[in-house]
Amino acid sequence: MAESIVPESIQKSRPASDVDWSRVARQGALGGLTMVFIAAAGMVTVLDKRMIVDPWLSLGLIILLWVPVFFGFMAAREPTPDGGEAPVKGERDLLAGMVTGALAGLYFSFLIVLIDRFDISDWLSNLLPKLVDILTFGRGIGTAAAIWIIGSALLGLIGGALQVVSPRVRRMVTWAVVGTIVVAMLELIVTNLFQGLHIEWVADLLYAPRGGLTTQAAFVLAVVFGISGFRSSGKSLDQRRQERMALPKEVLARRNLIAWIVTVIAVIFVPMFVGGLTNELLANVGLFVLMGLGLNIVVGYAGLLDLGYVAFFAVGAYTTAVLTSTESPYWMPELTLNFLRPEGWIVVGAVILVGSIAGILVGTPVIRLRGDYLAIVTLGFGEIVRILFLSDWLSPYFGGAQGITNIPSAEIGPVVIPGTNSQAIFYLLAVFSGIAIYVSWRLQHSRLGRAWSALREDEDVAEAMGINTTAIKLTAFVTGAIFASLAGMIFAAKVGAIFPISFRLLISIVILVVVIVGGMGSITGVIVGAVVLIGVLGGPTQPGLLQEFGQFKLLIYGALLVVMMLKRPEGLWPSLRRQRELHHDELRQDAWLTGDPGQDTAEVDA
Amino acid sequence: MSMLVISELRKGFGGVQALDGVNFHIDKGEIVSVIGPNGAGKTSFFNTITGYFPPDSGLIAFNGLDIGGHRPHEITELGIARTFQNVRLFPNMTVLENVMVAQNCRTTTGVFGSLLNTPGFRREEAEIEERGKEILSFFGQRLKGYRWDQPAYVLSYANRRRLEIARAMATLPELILLDEPTAGMNPRETAEMTQLINRLRDERGLTVVVIEHEMRVVRDVSDRVVVLDHGVKIAEGDYETVSNDPDVIEAYLGRPAEAGNA
Repeated sequence: MAESIVPESIQKSRPASDVDWSRVARQGALGGLTMVFIAAAGMVTVLDKRMIVDPWLSLGLIILLWVPVFFGFMAAREPTPDGGEAPVKGERDLLAGMVTGALAGLYFSFLIVLIDRFDISDWLSNLLPKLVDILTFGRGIGTAAAIWIIGSALLGLIGGALQVVSPRVRRMVTWAVVGTIVVAMLELIVTNLFQGLHIEWVADLLYAPRGGLTTQAAFVLAVVFGISGFRSSGKSLDQRRQERMALPKEVLARRNLIAWIVTVIAVIFVPMFVGGLTNELLANVGLFVLMGLGLNIVVGYAGLLDLGYVAFFAVGAYTTAVLTSTESPYWMPELTLNFLRPEGWIVVGAVILVGSIAGILVGTPVIRLRGDYLAIVTLGFGEIVRILFLSDWLSPYFGGAQGITNIPSAEIGPVVIPGTNSQAIFYLLAVFSGIAIYVSWRLQHSRLGRAWSALREDEDVAEAMGINTTAIKLTAFVTGAIFASLAGMIFAAKVGAIFPISFRLLISIVILVVVIVGGMGSITGVIVGAVVLIGVLGGPTQPGLLQEFGQFKLLIYGALLVVMMLKRPEGLWPSLRRQRELHHDELRQDAWLTGDPGQDTAEVDA
Repeated sequence: MSMLVISELRKGFGGVQALDGVNFHIDKGEIVSVIGPNGAGKTSFFNTITGYFPPDSGLIAFNGLDIGGHRPHEITELGIARTFQNVRLFPNMTVLENVMVAQNCRTTTGVFGSLLNTPGFRREEAEIEERGKEILSFFGQRLKGYRWDQPAYVLSYANRRRLEIARAMATLPELILLDEPTAGMNPRETAEMTQLINRLRDERGLTVVVIEHEMRVVRDVSDRVVVLDHGVKIAEGDYETVSNDPDVIEAYLGRPAEAGNA
């Protein structure tokens, strides 16, 4: 390593006995506040019904118990100064963790005493006496407070200890805990899968009759996960990804191809072995993948922030409804969405055509707008479209608030795809998403894709370099609009009845969050984002895998978005370009500190 | 006939008259420097030619065609390329992508060509890449090899300036406008840039207008020098004539004390 430029005073780490008490007080207060907030949001009461390990550990407790561990861990973590040495780990970290936990528990027990003594449910409707019952474990209030303080202190101690132990042991513990909880949380889908494979007895072994893992199963799982955590290499996904990127291009291309083939095979065969519930989740994910891919072109590739994207989804759904529904009030062509007959393709063609026109109508007035202004105007357009469909003025055509009902299901030749058959709907969406993936992929690496990224980087310069920005912006809007209208078409055929209320602003926002959390400009990112948000947490109206969290979905969305923006702004699975963009300052700083210009960092002047 | 003829060009921003009746012409194969003190209207001159601002009045004729009021991309397509005073690359695109994207207006493949991966599309992609690499090789070893796949932001300052010129060349222009190409460069790099500007004409057959503050560069590259001050052309001619012109000296240094009293 090159000679360090950091002053010696910073490099030296503090002695192991010296605790940073202000940090401990801060983390303890934050921890206590978090626990109080979780209780006040009603999560404890609602989630207490869901067992994780029968009969002693409920989800309601788990969402409280992670808090002292986490903040204990944070309090014991001392940042390594840039270019300096890592601080020596020792007893002081254990002490810091324990005191932090105890403080958090202390603050939290104040809350318990408070709701026990006074009825404050008028102000905070979730702080009911019932919560006290849960939190006191049926004992006296004094005992309960002591349990919480001592318990939290122990959990904080564990958090602190996680800082002290070797990374290997830390991995073992986290794998064991997280793995066991994940298996417990996935009870529904795992049981479903085992039923599909006709091995229900495995599920019966794992899970207790009233939900949750059995204690024995939890123990076995923890051991299994602990061992695999201990034996894992401990490389993060990003490290693996970077290693992969360093491979020769041909090897990389072959691996990517294999990964895609495996994915396609999984998409074809997995739905056959899982039950209806999982298929329903998959269908929801598929819908948002299709829309997310469209928005990804507009926002991720071309950099145009569109907050009214739901408008195109609505236009596609209403076009389908008007053309196919027997109840459609004015127009009665009554075509069927049959993919093997010409009238079906008339519907598809009409949806694409109307979607493109909508794209042009929204795109043209906003051509000259940038950034915030563009976002606000598209937001307005999204609402205008919904309100037009809702209006009395157009109700002879679109049915106003009553919407359009009796939309026939999609068909393939003689085979009907009823909306209730989520497996078939999923396949349908998978086909359309597959087309959308192909289109995104081809366009990204073409003349148009390059022009889009130039537009995103610097619109003025793009124009000076001979790019017709008007034309490529409209192309982006139209391509995005077509994907969303096709999603709308399938949605209409699936649900059979559409109402303006189905096309709220929230949908636009959720699609945008899918793209942002997944990774803007990355096809895989959109899929990952849709699986995590829609599949696991649930869509705006659709339940997700973690149905228990249903009523806290938006709260979790918000929290997730905040954490993502702070810790990982490039998304879960970013495109290479986006990753470079958001982290190149850090890379350059590292290079400067270590005096090693490296491959992908600042070049020393030529 | 002159390649670019500008007559009585006026452009004002509120109270400031950035260009106040400028006449200018450049013939094919010429290198003309535009100099002048800060705020003289040099960059506004470039911005008006390249269509960033429409002129208030006056004529801009390129190859006999009035281009006043055309949009920037149309003007680039007609054959005028430019660089920027403060380097403006596409920083997160790779070096090669930067020169590839600049060929946009010289290529034609549409959405369907790329979707269907037609032979025409593949041929054109190969051509774009080939031409991009050829243009980058104009700068010797500096922008070649492993640099192709590096994002533009990792380049050194001087290499960014070079890449910006490469990107302008990739639009396949006849006339190239360089806005302070040696700003912030050290003497060695400046000398190299001087050669490079001459090579743009000699090897590439380009006509060059260059805004420059470094007088040595102006001397070594210019066939003709045009001096702007407060939006007005105050002198024109070869370097020797202009550098001894009393009006030019006054514009840069102010009036001598005794003359001011007179």
